[in-house]
Amino acid sequence: MKIAPWIAIAAFGFAGAAVAQDDNTLNVEGETLLTETAAPAHMDSVDTIYSGWRFRSSETQALQTDDFDNPGMIFVDTAIEQWDKVDGSEGKACSSCHEDVADFAGLRTKLPRVDNGELVTMENLINECRTDRMGAEAWKWSKGKMTAMTALIGLQSRGMAMDVATEGEAAPFWEKGKELYYTRVGQLDMACSNCHEDNYGVMIRADHLSQGQINGFPTYRLKNAKLNSIHGRFKGCMKNIRATPFAEGGDEFKALELYLASRGQGLSVETPSVRN
Amino acid sequence: MASGVKPRVKVPKKAAAGETITIKTLISHKMESGQRKDDDGNVIPRSIINRFTADFNGENVIDVTLEPAISTNPYFQFEAIVPETGEFTFTWYDDDGDVYTESKSITVS
Repeated sequence: MKIAPWIAIAAFGFAGAAVAQDDNTLNVEGETLLTETAAPAHMDSVDTIYSGWRFRSSETQALQTDDFDNPGMIFVDTAIEQWDKVDGSEGKACSSCHEDVADFAGLRTKLPRVDNGELVTMENLINECRTDRMGAEAWKWSKGKMTAMTALIGLQSRGMAMDVATEGEAAPFWEKGKELYYTRVGQLDMACSNCHEDNYGVMIRADHLSQGQINGFPTYRLKNAKLNSIHGRFKGCMKNIRATPFAEGGDEFKALELYLASRGQGLSVETPSVRN
Repeated sequence: MASGVKPRVKVPKKAAAGETITIKTLISHKMESGQRKDDDGNVIPRSIINRFTADFNGENVIDVTLEPAISTNPYFQFEAIVPETGEFTFTWYDDDGDVYTESKSITVS
């Protein structure tokens, strides 16, 4: 295993800390994805950002390199069927308005974004289509149909660099997300930064802490054999530190999603990624 | 009644004579083990894929018995040396009597 220079800082106070990353480059179906790049300027204490893929074992990593092996693709297939399925009072399917899902290439890199003074994520956009234009019921934030659809739409942007807007209208949301990221909560009194900034690459029980990047979401997790939404993952983190999770789709998580996306500026979209 | 069952197979389109090729198969299936209970405490009946076979030009290549401990979306990968141009037929047998088949042809040069 190669010792990366950053570990000297990350391992401060943690003797014998393990190094998670290796030199592997992520090739998916012949396309090379960027899993490591210079940290954006707003991050003071991190020099290089790494995709969560770099922290996984080689077996888990391999699953993501081939679309046939990637179990997340099963869910993408279900979304392709859903795409043409008519639902709701207007008698429309996704495909009635959107000719080709490939038109959404690049959308994933820009979300969440501010629309009419409100911060919106892909889940919001999908549900807006469903309720306003299809006359159908909104999907639950982290349920199967929603994560499958966000995976299908996100997949169109695979390989493109994350590039969310943080200035202007988005600035107050971004500030709020940053504050949440650094605020200690819960019985264990921990902030996101305690694990994902101060201790990434270090073992947490049997697992390597990643930087908490969200460029691969929705992500297929081996532990529950399904696609997991970004907010679902936030919820899991908050439960682990024995805090009361915010609501999925709520203002707090959306702001946090924007801030986290901005911490991953430049990393390739990996949707749907495979993690443990 | 099985819903959302979809077989997927990956076989190279071409191979050289005597070359070892890798075949990957996957079927999306719940693989309900028969051990679980629903919210009311009733046992959910077993519903799994119980047999998987692959045939090449009518000749059986592989025949697998699946047991309830096999997890969701069973995946098989195996290697084969292909003697001639022909067609692979993959068959999955469901507990409920359904049979799913998928065929892939391969050209041997």
